[in-house]
Amino acid sequence: MNNITRKAKEPLMRTVKRAERSKIDTMKLRIIAFVLALFAGGVFILLIGYNPFELYGTIISGAFRSKMAIQATIKFMIPLLISSLGITLAFIMKFWNIGAEGQIIMGAIFSSYFALFHSDWPHLLLLVVMFVAGFVGGGLWGLIPAFFKSKFNTNETLFTLMLNYIALHVISFLRDGPWKDPGSSGFPKIARFDANAQLDKLFGVQFGWVIGLILVVVVYIYIKNTKQGYEISVVGESQATARYSGMNVKKIILRTMILSGGICGITGMIQSSGSDMTLASSVAGGVGFTAIIVAWLANLNPFSILMVSFLFSVLEKGSSVMQSTYGISTYSASVLQGIILFFILGCEFFIRYKFVFRNKGGTRA
Amino acid sequence: MKIFLNFLVASVLAGTPLLFGTLGEIMNEKAGHLNLGVEGMMAMGACAGFMAGFISNNLIIALVAAFVAGLLGALIYAVLTVTFMADQNVTGLTLTIFGVGISNFVGEYMLVNSKTNSLKLPEQITAQISNLNIPGLSDIPVVGQLFFQYNAFVYLGIVVAILCGIYLNHTKLGLNVRAIGENPGAADAAGIKVTKLKYLNVLLGGGICGIGGAYCSMIINGGVWMSNSVNGLGWISVALVIFASWSPTKAIFGSFIFGAFNILKYYFPKTLFVIPNAFYDMLPFIITALVLVITSIRKSKENSQPASCGVNYFREER
Repeated sequence: MNNITRKAKEPLMRTVKRAERSKIDTMKLRIIAFVLALFAGGVFILLIGYNPFELYGTIISGAFRSKMAIQATIKFMIPLLISSLGITLAFIMKFWNIGAEGQIIMGAIFSSYFALFHSDWPHLLLLVVMFVAGFVGGGLWGLIPAFFKSKFNTNETLFTLMLNYIALHVISFLRDGPWKDPGSSGFPKIARFDANAQLDKLFGVQFGWVIGLILVVVVYIYIKNTKQGYEISVVGESQATARYSGMNVKKIILRTMILSGGICGITGMIQSSGSDMTLASSVAGGVGFTAIIVAWLANLNPFSILMVSFLFSVLEKGSSVMQSTYGISTYSASVLQGIILFFILGCEFFIRYKFVFRNKGGTRA
Repeated sequence: MKIFLNFLVASVLAGTPLLFGTLGEIMNEKAGHLNLGVEGMMAMGACAGFMAGFISNNLIIALVAAFVAGLLGALIYAVLTVTFMADQNVTGLTLTIFGVGISNFVGEYMLVNSKTNSLKLPEQITAQISNLNIPGLSDIPVVGQLFFQYNAFVYLGIVVAILCGIYLNHTKLGLNVRAIGENPGAADAAGIKVTKLKYLNVLLGGGICGIGGAYCSMIINGGVWMSNSVNGLGWISVALVIFASWSPTKAIFGSFIFGAFNILKYYFPKTLFVIPNAFYDMLPFIITALVLVITSIRKSKENSQPASCGVNYFREER
């Protein structure tokens, strides 16, 4: 009798920690999650009345069908890759920098100043100055929330987010007023950059991809092999530990956010001078948010970021082909990206925990 | 005077979607879940509410659809964060990207498949969501315009806010939820069903956000479907929770004040001095940032975020 009432009280299932999985097991689990995500996406495609295999096929072939398509795919990848690298630094520190969007814009604004008003400078000098200006612009925009976080523990998630919108309206202010192109009729816009202020191309794609690849290596080394990189991860694990071991936590937060915002600012410089050839209010265009998904999916590892951002740009390019062929909205890319991350987030659980069902000897687990 | 009155009325109208979003987020945070998916859940509600209204021509069905859509978005979030203990920040953000994506996706899908290449709500439902006209009451000068001439959403929002306040402050269930938000371990030890109540609150919150989304899609653009109708209002709502110091009743006034910031540019007398439009557009975000800083400097114990907010609860970790 007693036994029966006890049984009734035990929950149907409960969660317990499991022994750590091997790297290969973890990898397998992630791949399963990815396949499940594609399956769920397929069901979604089926629901709107299309053949999932056909559409997935279109995405892949759309991204690779010609040299031009591949170049376009890589063009999509550049801003995503670089801003993900920037975000990663902040995320390792568990500083929730949702403000990549704003930092990209500020970098673009700072570098555009030189592109618009000093286009007569020697080409190389001008581009280097623009590059540095982009870094400084993004870095300063990242420094503001870091300052308040380290001083008053202000919520950085919301603060960085608000700075995104403020930055966006700074562009529209410049566009409607001081930087308005007097030569354009109709809607106000900012003038096209002089050819001298445009980023060069290498193998038919703007130079940004080379900068991106270099940054992958630099950020990797910075995280894994430098004292500063180590400090970031200690602060991320536990601020108390960092303080106890004599680290200057405030300084680390400020420094890391300058770097994180700065790298995002470089994205802005590259996007405006390499792809848009002007300062458009769509210079960030949601990349700052997608970059967060990329960084997280890649487990904050720069080389995985390279892979994931490539995968995502295939999705972006493929979905634009899908739009022209089937008339399906390009928002399908963000739907699929969301689904993939949902599944990966869910699968992380099974790496560290497991469910124990009632009457399955859970107490001995 | 006439302009000022119009300004007040417009503030209330602009603040109503914020009110729903804020209430939804308060419900989440009180249960210890910082849900950054408000924008996404609102977008899902916006799409579902509009399309249901478009097809059924019935306001109640539209509202239910919006509520359910927001709730489904919240369900994804709840499964991932409550059961699977995924990171709340990342899950919420993904929900936003996913929700906005799917909302715009379905919207464009319906648009492409529509005969007229535009989606406009049918007349019956437009009449139901147009401004109220109570004979007698609505005609009273000033008072009538200020209190009795809004659309149904406004009154619904205020009722929901009051109900949320009663639920969180005066019912056993609500007090249990707040206990979970402060210290889930202690609540669990006291016999409160933590997981169940977390689900309840997150889902309710999502549904409320969904209705706020329906406001954006059905009212703001005059009954015509437009992509991105929520357009950042969900994010302001998340920040407004802090401004309202986690109180549903304060959220009413908070959202109307922020509504005022949103529409200030149309009412500010241009004769005094001219300020570029961009600065007005920035204003709500600057004020929110200032509020964030000021509240973090003041750090009052009473009006602060529930202590466990943002941290997932794992029962066997003590």
